[in-house]
Amino acid sequence: MLLFFLKRLALTVPTFFALMFLTFVAIRLVPGDPVEVRVGERGISPERLAQFRAELGLDQPVWKQFADYVWALLHGDFGTSIVTNEKVLTEFFTLFPATIELAIAAMLFAILIGVPAGTIAAVKRGSWYDQTLMGLSVTGFSMPIFWWGLLLIMLVAERWGLTPVSGRVDLIKYFYEAKTGFMLIDSVLSGQKGAFGDAVHHLILPMIVLGTVPLATISRMTRSSMLEVLSEDYVRTARAKGLSPFRVIGLHALRNALIPVVTVIGLSVGSMMAGAVLTETIFSWPGVGKWLIESIGRRDYPALQGGVMLISAIIILVNLAVDVLYGVINPRIRHGR
Amino acid sequence: MAAETALPASAGASAPSPFRQLWASFSENKGAVGGLVVLTLIALVALFAEIIAPHSPLEQFRHAVKAPPVWEEGGSWTFILGTDGLGRDMLSRLIYGARVSLFIGLTVMCVSFVLGVVLGLTSAFSSTLVDTLISRCMDLLMAVPGLVLAILIVAVLGPSLTNTIVAVTVVFLPRYVRLVRASAMAELGKEYVVAAKVVGVGKLRLMFRTVLPNCLAPLIVQSALGVSEAILEAAALGFLGLGAQPPVPEWGAMLADAREFIRSNPWIVTLPGLAILVTVVSINLMGDGLRDALDPKMQRS
Repeated sequence: MLLFFLKRLALTVPTFFALMFLTFVAIRLVPGDPVEVRVGERGISPERLAQFRAELGLDQPVWKQFADYVWALLHGDFGTSIVTNEKVLTEFFTLFPATIELAIAAMLFAILIGVPAGTIAAVKRGSWYDQTLMGLSVTGFSMPIFWWGLLLIMLVAERWGLTPVSGRVDLIKYFYEAKTGFMLIDSVLSGQKGAFGDAVHHLILPMIVLGTVPLATISRMTRSSMLEVLSEDYVRTARAKGLSPFRVIGLHALRNALIPVVTVIGLSVGSMMAGAVLTETIFSWPGVGKWLIESIGRRDYPALQGGVMLISAIIILVNLAVDVLYGVINPRIRHGR
Repeated sequence: MAAETALPASAGASAPSPFRQLWASFSENKGAVGGLVVLTLIALVALFAEIIAPHSPLEQFRHAVKAPPVWEEGGSWTFILGTDGLGRDMLSRLIYGARVSLFIGLTVMCVSFVLGVVLGLTSAFSSTLVDTLISRCMDLLMAVPGLVLAILIVAVLGPSLTNTIVAVTVVFLPRYVRLVRASAMAELGKEYVVAAKVVGVGKLRLMFRTVLPNCLAPLIVQSALGVSEAILEAAALGFLGLGAQPPVPEWGAMLADAREFIRSNPWIVTLPGLAILVTVVSINLMGDGLRDALDPKMQRS
């Protein structure tokens, strides 16, 4: 088991190095001079310019810059934002809880609706319910979520006034102190009446938007895997034993049907991050996705570089964790390769 | 697979039969046929945009800024779907937008298909070193979430239509390479490949004439679905202001500054997104049907 884990871990090392190389090269190729961006339009004396360059390490040869970059990364230094002068790592992890909160909410939304919906569709195969659900699933799967977000804002928030338009909490009404960075927890900790409810209200639309594609995938996956399981012998045995349909489907079949569904959930971490970029931009949700887009607008390349690096690193680690988890659950994978 | 093994895409002779077979099982799927019909319509509209579009997509009608569509109060038949914030005809922009989106989707698909086949086959047929090198590169590209990678590439190259295509291609290339590599690897041990080798077939011929035709089925499905994904991804980039730049009538870019019209002029927000959705849904329905027709056992990942 330990050997399996170490093997998988070792496989990620080259990926990490390649990732460093990729982000480094990408940022080198950017047209325009980061120093000039920092200095602004007015310009400064050549001496100050040279000093700035030296500070940023831009006067060194390229290979040295790369070596320094790797060295710094290995020491947990992901660079300093040119615009805010904050450590990229600090900025990232200040904003990251907002993204996680949104992603977890969206995933729960997708699972809690998608699994029952897909199960019922499998049981009632061919019914109008099944057909409607599969139609909706294709639509959800094809949804341009940035448009879906705008549409929901237009109808739910603006026209019907049911939810707020953007943000995580009403900052005028409620004092917000980031103790954990998770608004749902912070609002409870703040002890203010109504703060939690307000935070939930703010979360609803972004959650639906980010959860739509996973919801479509999960309900579809649950349906097809449930259909497969329902024709298995042990399900027939359970039925023959005289167990109630609810027990047969809910307990015996669903448990096995969920294995591929869990795979899909594990694999969708990456697409959740991509979706978060769009969702956060639409709802002015102060997470890492919106921050990444803004840093491009500000030509804040260290932030972009560090941000891409960190997001990818997290995804690699999550995938590794998922991989190892399968190894634990399923010995065939562990001994396979 | 067995049926295809017997017939490695030999043109002429009894050529229509595999296609007829394919069409027979494809046409059983109502959704797939519906998708194909809608997609054909969209393609025709895109192809004959000059004839169909009532106005130029770029012309600004200053007297009719934000004119409502015909079914709303104050709408007129001059601008059937209304005009946008600069007084440009929405219908004409949507029609030309179909051209832009389909162009992006098809270009990305063709380039990734060709590169995917070349890299994938090279990977499968080469020494461990080359194989590892290609595979690791693809792993790397897959480690970065699609849109984030595309954003990084566009940030580096600068936003434009061409760079959108480059970025989206780089994002989707690994899937093609992996798919080709995996299916080629699976074919390599089979007897007909061994036989071809024994007969002394050259490496290139072995790769492209012997093995490739037998890897095509999953690749075709991936390509069909890849078009819709490319369109979505490009539209997302356009929406973020990192894709096609104004005044190009790209559907995603049309939504980029639609936010300010949410209260006052909802059609400016609704229509471009609807266009994207309808196109992508019809391609996906068609792709699903194609997948079921080509190989009932294959599952969407």
